[in-house]
Amino acid sequence: MSPVLEVDGLEVAFGDVPVVRGLSYELRAGEVLGIVGESGAGKSVAAAAVLGLLPPEAKVSGSVRLHGRELIGAPERELARIRGRTVSMVFQDPQSALTPVYRVGDQIAEAVRAHQRVTKEQAAVKAVDLLDLVGIPDPARRALAFPHEFSGGMRQRALIAMAIANDPDVIICDEPTTALDVTVQAQVLEVLRKAQCRTGAAIVLITHDLGVVAGFADRVLVMYAGRPVETGDVDDVYYRTRMPYTSGLLGSVPRVDGGGRRPLVPIEGGPPEPGRPAPGCPFAPRCPMREEACDDREPPLFEVGAGHRAACIRWADVRRADGGEQARAPREPVTRGPRTVLEVQGLVKRYPLMRGAMFRRRAGTVHAVAGISFDIREGETLGLVGESGSGKTTALTQILELAEPEEGRIVVLGCDTARLTAGQRAAVRRDMQVVFQDPAASLDPRMTVYDILAEPLRAHRAGAPGRRVAELLALVGLDTAHAARYPRELSGGQCQRVAIARALALEPRLLVLDEPVSALDMSIRAGVLNLLGALKDRLGLSYLFVAHDLAVVRYLADRVAVMQLGRIAEIGRAEAVYATPAHPYTQALLSAIPLPDPVRERSRERILLDGEPPSPADPPSGCRFRTRCPTFRGVLTAEERSLCVDAEPEVRPLGEDQAAACHYAEKLAVV
Amino acid sequence: MTLSEEEVAGDLEPAEPAPPSRGRVLAGRFLASRQGRAGVGVLALMFVLAFAGPLFAPWSHTDKDFAAFLEPPSGRHWFGTLQTGADVYALTLRGLQRSLIVGLLAALVSTALAALAGAFAGYFGGWTDRVLTWITDLLLALPAFLILAIMSPLFGSGQWPLFVLMLALFLWMVTAKITRGMTISLRQREFVRAARYLGVPPVKIIFSHVLPNLSSLLIVDATVNVSAAILAETSLSYFGFGIQPPDVSLGTLIADGSRTAIYAPWTFWFAAGLLVVTVLAVNVAGDALRDAFDPGAKGGR
Repeated sequence: MSPVLEVDGLEVAFGDVPVVRGLSYELRAGEVLGIVGESGAGKSVAAAAVLGLLPPEAKVSGSVRLHGRELIGAPERELARIRGRTVSMVFQDPQSALTPVYRVGDQIAEAVRAHQRVTKEQAAVKAVDLLDLVGIPDPARRALAFPHEFSGGMRQRALIAMAIANDPDVIICDEPTTALDVTVQAQVLEVLRKAQCRTGAAIVLITHDLGVVAGFADRVLVMYAGRPVETGDVDDVYYRTRMPYTSGLLGSVPRVDGGGRRPLVPIEGGPPEPGRPAPGCPFAPRCPMREEACDDREPPLFEVGAGHRAACIRWADVRRADGGEQARAPREPVTRGPRTVLEVQGLVKRYPLMRGAMFRRRAGTVHAVAGISFDIREGETLGLVGESGSGKTTALTQILELAEPEEGRIVVLGCDTARLTAGQRAAVRRDMQVVFQDPAASLDPRMTVYDILAEPLRAHRAGAPGRRVAELLALVGLDTAHAARYPRELSGGQCQRVAIARALALEPRLLVLDEPVSALDMSIRAGVLNLLGALKDRLGLSYLFVAHDLAVVRYLADRVAVMQLGRIAEIGRAEAVYATPAHPYTQALLSAIPLPDPVRERSRERILLDGEPPSPADPPSGCRFRTRCPTFRGVLTAEERSLCVDAEPEVRPLGEDQAAACHYAEKLAVV
Repeated sequence: MTLSEEEVAGDLEPAEPAPPSRGRVLAGRFLASRQGRAGVGVLALMFVLAFAGPLFAPWSHTDKDFAAFLEPPSGRHWFGTLQTGADVYALTLRGLQRSLIVGLLAALVSTALAALAGAFAGYFGGWTDRVLTWITDLLLALPAFLILAIMSPLFGSGQWPLFVLMLALFLWMVTAKITRGMTISLRQREFVRAARYLGVPPVKIIFSHVLPNLSSLLIVDATVNVSAAILAETSLSYFGFGIQPPDVSLGTLIADGSRTAIYAPWTFWFAAGLLVVTVLAVNVAGDALRDAFDPGAKGGR
């Protein structure tokens, strides 16, 4: 069978800066190719180049053949005929890929009419069919909705519907699920799979998530610094890795499975900047296996197995970078520490929902946080997990503001926030520090690193900062020379290290971490996570770790609290919650996370959630999860269901340090 | 678990770094740029000329040489004379003195007012915001020129600080409004929140985070205000308000000289030339200062 799409020696450069170099792949009908790489690896540019979508200043050379026809240099009219009909694209941001002023159904019908000679009515009917196919409930009514009335997951489904409207032979998906929550990601991937079955199209799946590729793709192409560095069957690349970069990536990803915390193996340094060609292998400066020959010239792709190629001169010696079998000792403090550093009891936060521009009136109430309770003992890490809209950020802000809560009580380091004196407030501010998600945004761009680190010391009059700044820099693994730099002169990982150093400047007791690694590239993440783990052990810190990524939380947390729609669904020791989650939501969440392990990923049974998360402005009666709950739908009898509808379940204990807010909680291993 | 080298590096003896705090880095970056050095150099030269220049001249700005009416430049009168016999060199330097002080001071005062009012209103919100916005709107609505004209008898000899203050008072409102808007958006940024959660007092946050991040706007505003203040003073003086005779400013000189500029160019061009050079130097220095504040500017390192 001849390939549908052949890319051969594709090169893209902006000005003198090469962005994609020597990219070649073939795609057969019905095949899924995963292209993996970090930001700046050139994967999106390569995809846009295939469709001729790059701005005119981009210099594209090489060859892209679709069914044997050359696309590079083809006239615009011919490309326009191909786009959307033979090759279609699904973008990362479904928000901006739909026109806000047209109805969703009309936009899909437009895609149909662009390439097929059908009447408006026929196209509208086809649009409804397509929406039905991608699993949008009540498609005839939904087709009349505007994009802003759709949730993120529904928009992405609508985009997939548009992409398959003309039965394309190739669908290019550029990070199709990156902006979505894990449970929605699982749904969307399922839709993509279904769409592929229906159309028989080949898919190019561009992503940075090794787990998504493992379960979805047949073949993988790993890109680094604009070049393909390893390509082959999924199993070959994941289990018989022949390129140190790939093995580094696989070793640096935290996973939800795999018996406790395996230490992560970070890749040193950061990706090279484009446009600074060094003669040797671009990965050599970060490579643990580097030898002198690596700097001589860039290694070509060696044939290392059947259909498996890797760009490394030492490919025969490459092994999976596992951090050894001796995993970090399982946490010994099974009994929790005696002293409580943070206690939250029955915390409630509501926001008024206002309508109208001239006469503002209250149209409703958003129950962002609806009564949550948890505590953190000294030396403990609590992971607060939840999808977007679960209220975790609101809860966090309430704690950080040290304001009196609407209802309930927050006790930070022994001080009730409702009765804080000015002196206590200053003391609490000193002992509770925060690290934000986006390291570049949380550092003042106009300050040098020295001033940034000296700021907390000056604010609390903690003596001359000079010496302490040097200590702090060393503590987070930075050089004293970094003190004179501005944040923008540092990489993302270095910025986050500075932010951590600032948080540690006053020797706090409690550190609040708000998604501290989710803005970082995956090869950088491991280093920051390891640093956080090491600092905690050395300085005896307590962490409140807020994240949406359960794998990251598992790596760091002693205890986990899973939030759903403003309530805690499940809370308990990390080992227990991950091994045998009891709440159906936790089970679904854990089973939705893709594992970077192709064999296990293919054989896994997924618990897919139905429908969309309800709005926090209008939560369902009784149990807040029941509208999406697989147990409620599939297992319970009508009699049992009435309890879920009528009574909101309280968090009740289920054995040793594990508790779930479900009337019918049942422990179940899902990972 | 095993830690990599860099993670346990905290045990090593750290070397004492020279504190590269913002003040030093800024000064270094400013003086490293050619623009900055040139701007400051020319400005300094202007001050030296304005204040030391008259010491070497045989005539003072009140003297009249009745032997030379409207004479071109010569050995006796370096810049020539006016119709009244007054020495243009002495007059121009005296005018430069006044204009430099009025222009620079009024610009500084008005920009400082704008920065403070805008930043405090934007950062604190609530009543602070309402009161400050009300004052700003009130001053915007008042006819500045009329009030200055009415107050002009107060600006007699030796009262120029009051004049500077009044001039500044009518220059800051628009910038204050822009500053307020930008502060409101800055307040939401994570580094400001981070500073708040660190326990940095609000006033300190305004001075160390908010204002430096608005510095590009404020510096451009200050440089524009220097010219605006000099020109406002000029037009006021032209109508006989502002700087009162026998005192002179570049404005009064240019106004008087413009009538004779065609057939006696020296009465006009020396004053006008010095004004242009001054404003240019301020702009160049302002640009360099803005680049020094902005870590992303080219040639900063």
